[in-house]
Amino acid sequence: MPRLPGTIMTAPLIEARGLCVRLGGQEVLHDVSVKIDRGEIVTVLGPNGSGKSTLLRALLGILKPEHGSIIRAPGLAIGYVPQKLHIDRTLPLTARRFLSLPRRHGKAETEAMLARVGVPEVADRPMVGLSGGQFQRVLLARALLTRPELLILDEPTQGLDQPGEAAFYRLIEEVRRDTGAAVLMVSHDLHVVMSASDRVICLNGHVCCEGTPRVVSNAPEYRALFGLGTQGALALYQHVHDHDHTHGHDHEHDHSDGDQHHHA
Amino acid sequence: MVTTMSTTTATGINTIMLDDFLIRAALAGLGLALATGPLGSFVVWRRMAYFGDATAHASILGVALALASDLPVGLGTLAVALAMAVTVAGLAARGWALDTTLGVLAHSALAFGLVAVSFVPEARTDLSAYLFGDILAVSRADLGFIWGGAALVLALLYWRWNAMLTATLSEDLAAASGLNPDRERLVLVLALAVTVAVALKVVGALLIAAMLVIPAAAARGLSRSPEAMAALAALIGGAAVVGGLRVSLSLDTPAGPSIVTVAAGIFIVAASLGQMRKQ
Repeated sequence: MPRLPGTIMTAPLIEARGLCVRLGGQEVLHDVSVKIDRGEIVTVLGPNGSGKSTLLRALLGILKPEHGSIIRAPGLAIGYVPQKLHIDRTLPLTARRFLSLPRRHGKAETEAMLARVGVPEVADRPMVGLSGGQFQRVLLARALLTRPELLILDEPTQGLDQPGEAAFYRLIEEVRRDTGAAVLMVSHDLHVVMSASDRVICLNGHVCCEGTPRVVSNAPEYRALFGLGTQGALALYQHVHDHDHTHGHDHEHDHSDGDQHHHA
Repeated sequence: MVTTMSTTTATGINTIMLDDFLIRAALAGLGLALATGPLGSFVVWRRMAYFGDATAHASILGVALALASDLPVGLGTLAVALAMAVTVAGLAARGWALDTTLGVLAHSALAFGLVAVSFVPEARTDLSAYLFGDILAVSRADLGFIWGGAALVLALLYWRWNAMLTATLSEDLAAASGLNPDRERLVLVLALAVTVAVALKVVGALLIAAMLVIPAAAARGLSRSPEAMAALAALIGGAAVVGGLRVSLSLDTPAGPSIVTVAAGIFIVAASLGQMRKQ
């Protein structure tokens, strides 16, 4: 795991303890505890309706939890890329203007950031005219303009084709490498995400299992959650299937928030 | 004014007095257009046209209550419009089916208002003034109220512009940026209530929403930024006021509806222009 020396000792960037969230009378999250350390890429996996977006929205402070607490590192800057952003056609908004919402950023700064995420040409184009891939990159640029220590992305590659998806995750890794920002993202797509993550959290209303991609892909909870047989897990991790199976056994399959990722 | 003009002929005095009430009317309309341009843009972006209608219709009830209790009409309309706007915003936040809710509230408010007005003899006599506006009878005090209200609305919008724009795009995005979307919505609702109170004298309860929606809609196809759209909407609203007053004067048509008619004409021209630019 790319864990920088010394970071184990520092406090996590953000931590949720015993989170319970109700939406419309239904308990969507029950006793969820997670924490994100500096510089790590964490992916939350889970089927539809498993509370993935709810967890992110609670961590962002958009939703008030019923129980539990969220502890942020002091002065934590978070960049947020929402799942889907519908911009009404009646709202004329160029990419450049969008980047300055709600806080203004200079022309040079916004152009440099658009170039950084690979879409320098869209600055003066209306947001509603952008392709899915361009749109997601502009959303990412907006999140990066706040110089975040933590990037939170909610299914950032929804609606992208596979090359677009792979390119987007490569970009995320580059951003992490360049800025040292931790990344927390949500996905229901197992393939690309798992290989791009340091740690995976399986969610289904509660934390089912947690650990490195390898550990999680061998966890029975994970396979049950995604209806995968041994075949499925192997198909996913063809590049690791010749070793590491033994690692599965020391993984604790309880629902606590133990630091299971340390043993990877 | 009459004293300073004492040497002029009777016709001269008439012309100047005519000019004076026309100037007051134009100033009142321009003040309103200044507020409805930017605010109307938000109404369009957030798809709140019906919301504007409900708030505006409720103002008739405000008129009746104000007259019955000897309060200034402006105050009554402001209070009732505010109550209505807050109610609708509250219901919307709780996830009520907005289209139906607004339909119920908008028309009930109008009906209750009309029934209430029928109990107040003085309001009954000039009911049409409240329904369609009475811009030609705007007094200096009215002008002060209209411009004061417009200035308040513009100040609110200027103060919260970026925050409200972000919340309009996405409440999640706004909340994640440390803003409170509920507060931004409340500011918008407050601005809307003030605008309704201000607009009552100019275009009347039935056509307030038209002044919010039509200039902004006309500006849409010709603007490339939210700010340009807001400014252009104010400009179009102002042009509609001046044009509408001229039409009203030369054809002897009611002023409020004439203003909205001209605005609709501008919308058609602008929409065709925008369409042509796209091709």
